Amino acid sequence: MRKLPFPLLLGGVISAFFLSLAFLSLFWTPYDVTELVISRRFQPSGSSFWLGTDQMGRDMLSMLMAGARVSLSVALVAVGIGMIVGVPLGLAAAASRGSLLDEFIMRGNDLIFAFPSLVIAILITAVFGPSAFNAILAIGIFNIPVFARVARGGALSLWTLDYILAARVAGKGPARISAEHILPNIANLLIVQATIQFSLGILAEAALSYVGLSVQPPNPSWGRMLADAQTLIYTHPMLAVLPGMAIVMMVLGLNLLGDGLRDMLDPRLRRARM
Amino acid sequence: MLRFILGRLISLSLSLVAASLIIFVVIEVIPGDPAAFMLGLSADPETVEALRAELNLTGSKASRYFQWITGLVQGDFGTSYTYRVPVSELVLQRIWVSIPLALFALILSTLIAFPVGLIAASNRGGAADYAIMGGTQLGIAVPNFWFAMLLVLIFAVKLSWFASGGFPGWDNPAAAMKSLTLPAIALALPQAAILARVMRSALIETQGQDYIRTARAKGLTRRQTTLRHALRNAMIPVLTIIGLQFSFLLAGAIIIENVFFLPGLGRLIFQGITQRDLIVVESVTMLLVFAVIVVTFLVDIAYAIADPRLRRRA
Repeated sequence: MRKLPFPLLLGGVISAFFLSLAFLSLFWTPYDVTELVISRRFQPSGSSFWLGTDQMGRDMLSMLMAGARVSLSVALVAVGIGMIVGVPLGLAAAASRGSLLDEFIMRGNDLIFAFPSLVIAILITAVFGPSAFNAILAIGIFNIPVFARVARGGALSLWTLDYILAARVAGKGPARISAEHILPNIANLLIVQATIQFSLGILAEAALSYVGLSVQPPNPSWGRMLADAQTLIYTHPMLAVLPGMAIVMMVLGLNLLGDGLRDMLDPRLRRARM
Repeated sequence: MLRFILGRLISLSLSLVAASLIIFVVIEVIPGDPAAFMLGLSADPETVEALRAELNLTGSKASRYFQWITGLVQGDFGTSYTYRVPVSELVLQRIWVSIPLALFALILSTLIAFPVGLIAASNRGGAADYAIMGGTQLGIAVPNFWFAMLLVLIFAVKLSWFASGGFPGWDNPAAAMKSLTLPAIALALPQAAILARVMRSALIETQGQDYIRTARAKGLTRRQTTLRHALRNAMIPVLTIIGLQFSFLLAGAIIIENVFFLPGLGRLIFQGITQRDLIVVESVTMLLVFAVIVVTFLVDIAYAIADPRLRRRA
């Protein structure tokens, strides 16, 4: 097997690192993040608190780990929603290409695309009440047209191929062909898109929780930590710097992974990638 | 061309109707009724009933929707419950912060992205290209509100070049522009990273075309072909992204206004949310969606004028 390109490797390592931190925080964090100990607030980083403590005396490393769990799971479930709803829609549109159903699905897609997604997400979470669940819904809805479009685009080119024709001659219906022959062949495209939407989801969750519309205290999230640190930026800038760096690293890792996967899976794009 | 514009106009109006329906339904499905929601749990029934009448909540859903829409079309956005003034008045005050901020950021992002993308494309595979691509990769990953906080930390806290927030009003244009500078940079840089990447790949794409080879063959230098032929043809995808970015910039402005305590539409929405002033939230959201949809429409028309091939696809 040929050597993996460096960006792909780097992106994979970073993403794996944060995913395992988030996973680890399910069972263990260095300190309890719900315990407020005012007497030990604003500790500098050192041997007992690697990254110091915040204004409530909570360990920053533990907060970042638990925050990773929230941010990653919100983004991940939102990608899941987009795929579970969007991919079948895209496949159905491609299977009935040119029909009224296709037209209906694609125009619906365009409509959602035209919306400023963050504005609607703010509206949804504002009305239904700020919670992680509503943040997931708000982000997930805007993933649906993305996956529908990618699935349709990929499937359309496959429907003209001989082996699909053979399947039809063998008597398979469009639903079965879509599931058995089309889906496995567009899996590459979908995985790459999922990585991209995952990183966009993390940014969106960070923005929503920064304005207080995602997960609620005492659960930490990276965006919340930034919002809390904002008033302390004059005296304790590290409290604002660390969560932001976590977001940047995670998103950077996922983007590198996505780009790398795309290059590896589709060599034609390698020349003029964005 | 007329058919193209007509087609676009139909889809524009469909988008607007769909958007207004979604916003109306979202506000409508609040458990209980909006009047009780706005007044809180302890309100007495008479007050709730009075507010219901004031908010036009007494008719059927359909008639309320049409009332809201006809009001919007006539510039009547309803009356803010907390401020006791017409929402249109509030919007008019604040739009002079949000729109200039989004435009300022759009101009900055374009001014940064064009030369950067051009340099990367003309040094393709070279050190400058790798440095720029690495930098833009980083720029895409940075959340703009965090970048805004870093800017405050560096330029307001450490260097004291700028105030860390607030807006002095347009009576003093220089001071107003100064107070919008950090927010605009915070908004612009992540967008510039995306735009520079699009610019680069669009230029690389056009450089492989036959007409570029022809231009080179008839004796133009690389620089001449790039500036006269490749750049122009690369503008289509670049314009698409610039159009899309307006939507991101407006939405981003909502968040950034909170970092810098700017009295814009974003602050208005969030104040509306915390004060349960749903009329404000509903109408301002609709206004933002309207702005984005109209800009998308204008960009579509602009291409069709720039590139006749696109007209046929309508």
